[in-house]
Amino acid sequence: MPLIEFREALNQAMCEEMERDETIFLMGEEVGLYNGAYKVSRGMLERFGPKRVIDSPITENSFVGLGVGAANVGLRPIIEVMTFNFAILALDQIINNAAKMRYMSGGQLKTPMVIRGPGGAARQLSCQHSQAIESFFVHTPGLIVVMPSTPYDAKGLLKSSIRDDNPVIFIESEVMYGMKGEVPEEEYLIPLGVSNKVRDGSDCTLVSYSKMIHLCQDAAKQLAGEGIECDIIDLRTLRPLDLEPVYESVAKTHRVVIVQEAWPMCGVASEVAFRITEDLFDELDAPPARVTAEDIPRPYAKNLEEACAVQPDKIIHAVKKVCYLAE
Amino acid sequence: MATLIEMPKLSDTMTTGKILSWLKKEGDALEAGTAIAEVETDKATMELEVFEDGTLLKILAPVDSAVPIGGALAIIGKPGEDIQGLIEKAQSPAAAAPAVAEKGKEVKVQEEEKPKEIKRQEKPQPAAASAPKTAAAPGEETGRIKVSPVAQRMAAERGLDLRRIQGSGPGGRIVKADIERALETTPAAAPPAPAPAEAGTPAAEAYTDVPLSSIRAVIAERLPHSLGPVPHFFLEMDLDAEPLLELKKQLQALAGEDLRLTVTDILIKACANALRQHPEINSSFLGSAVRQYHAVNVGIAVAGKGTLLVPVIRSCESKSIGQIARERAVLVEKGQAGKLSPDEMSGGTFTISNLGMLGITRFTAVINPPQAAILAVGTVRDVPVVKDGQVVPGKRMAITLSCDHRAFDGAEGARFMATLKQKLENPLAISL
Repeated sequence: MPLIEFREALNQAMCEEMERDETIFLMGEEVGLYNGAYKVSRGMLERFGPKRVIDSPITENSFVGLGVGAANVGLRPIIEVMTFNFAILALDQIINNAAKMRYMSGGQLKTPMVIRGPGGAARQLSCQHSQAIESFFVHTPGLIVVMPSTPYDAKGLLKSSIRDDNPVIFIESEVMYGMKGEVPEEEYLIPLGVSNKVRDGSDCTLVSYSKMIHLCQDAAKQLAGEGIECDIIDLRTLRPLDLEPVYESVAKTHRVVIVQEAWPMCGVASEVAFRITEDLFDELDAPPARVTAEDIPRPYAKNLEEACAVQPDKIIHAVKKVCYLAE
Repeated sequence: MATLIEMPKLSDTMTTGKILSWLKKEGDALEAGTAIAEVETDKATMELEVFEDGTLLKILAPVDSAVPIGGALAIIGKPGEDIQGLIEKAQSPAAAAPAVAEKGKEVKVQEEEKPKEIKRQEKPQPAAASAPKTAAAPGEETGRIKVSPVAQRMAAERGLDLRRIQGSGPGGRIVKADIERALETTPAAAPPAPAPAEAGTPAAEAYTDVPLSSIRAVIAERLPHSLGPVPHFFLEMDLDAEPLLELKKQLQALAGEDLRLTVTDILIKACANALRQHPEINSSFLGSAVRQYHAVNVGIAVAGKGTLLVPVIRSCESKSIGQIARERAVLVEKGQAGKLSPDEMSGGTFTISNLGMLGITRFTAVINPPQAAILAVGTVRDVPVVKDGQVVPGKRMAITLSCDHRAFDGAEGARFMATLKQKLENPLAISL
């Protein structure tokens, strides 16, 4: 199986779908001539022409709104936001229009669009450019939210997202674009709303998504050296949430730690912890724990940024705590 | 080097001990064997003695405080010694709530190595003035038990009594690991075949937990609201006491002078045999299961000094009437002298209260929790009875079984009583 970069997997997904369906187009800042700020759309302008790969002005709310309108009248836009920090400017179009048109038109309009780009922090980009704001979208009925963790998942999930008739928020990660993974040459799809068990263990369940999955894998490896084995569940889609594999795992381990890059308050971890507590109360041996960013704007200073972010050590400590092996 | 004095495990069922008074004060010189404090457990009041010479440096547990097993009480050492480390250790959460299994072991080891170090002095318990309640239910102290949900479920499934388990989690929370430890030391669902290890050894640990049926669960939930904490019902019958008295006479003649048999001894043996046939009576209601004990440990209500004590004769099903009589005599004598140890008053699975010698015709006894039944025995009366259509002089004795309706039902109790009556009216059957 070819080993390709995350950005290449996304590129393949878009190209394959655009070959298949002429109503699909890509629009965003510098997606065309510059081949994308992170080179995800490399070669696409050349391949599909300026009518289907469109450089937009720096006007997020406008070009996302254009996408909503295009979707409502029968096209299938892929809107690239340079980062989801900039998508904050487009929240009105995303939350008030994209998420609502189907409902407000009594089903007469549909909004088959994908809004994609990197979310979360990279390195020393300061607080305005380092935000993991998936909760804004997960909070909103009418949206689907996808956050893949590997090139394989990214390709399969992006193809399914493009084919879905609902607006999909597809959040990637700047620091994962260069990550390589095996992706088959033949076509495949990964269904939305299905989470995935990526590691087997009996002592504690780790629930996470996107790039935090790799920190969980790191932590789990170190814990295995101490005799503590973790299950890891990759949620992949945050809305709708598929918690069945999580429940199966927690019913076995009786302990759970949820890991997210975002701030703690009202995050995905809060929701997952709540549902486990509600549905699986009798299975718990310890209160669900979560590992998140510290509840502050992310510092620019390198040492403070590291202290603020999720680290494998913090995950290890949380696992030991729910296993009653640490205070 | 200074030593920390910890709350010892003074009875099977205690989880905490209350400091009634300090007999020594800080700065007092102590010799090994000096009593330093009075401690009240769920069973009795005892004096706590030190094991070595030294000076009482620091009292850590104030009067009236309830200290868990293993909790810090005092520090003993040489005057002027640095005890800051020990004080900190005593105040750390780990020291405040040690795992009971480990602590239990430690204390036992100490007792084996230094058998005289803990002297147990019985004092009548003021709370036990009424009814046979002396061997009180374990963990009757109020207060919520902290337990993780899965630990609670596991305990319910395996029939473990959470009050007997010390939690190792934060704030003493009982967690899964504690249940697993408890299961290692107390194998739950024992094999159904009753196998009392050796004759004469106490085997109260062996039992079968029968999961509650949904109907029994409802009965168990509702009845306590109608009739006090233990919903009693009573089954009474008259039996022909002549064969029983005849057997006692014959056995006494065979035994000679050095063994004095009583009707109670034969009653104990008859009950033990009948209970083996009806294990549902020899049981405890646990909340989510009914524990059926394999051994029959019979408590006998004894009027002690100003109180009522219930010493226990263990594994009566595997003992002869003669063995039972000897043990009973020793225990009753100790009871009357107020010298019974907590061990000798714990572990009962069934109780007999005989007030016949005091001329009581019939009475109903109050169940001694967590047991599910108690048998009240009245006096033997000379009464006219009808025999073969003729009124002739006869002897009758009333026995009344008080039953915990949560544990079993009327018909089960009645079948046990029928078996018991059959045995007592044909007492040779006891030796079968």
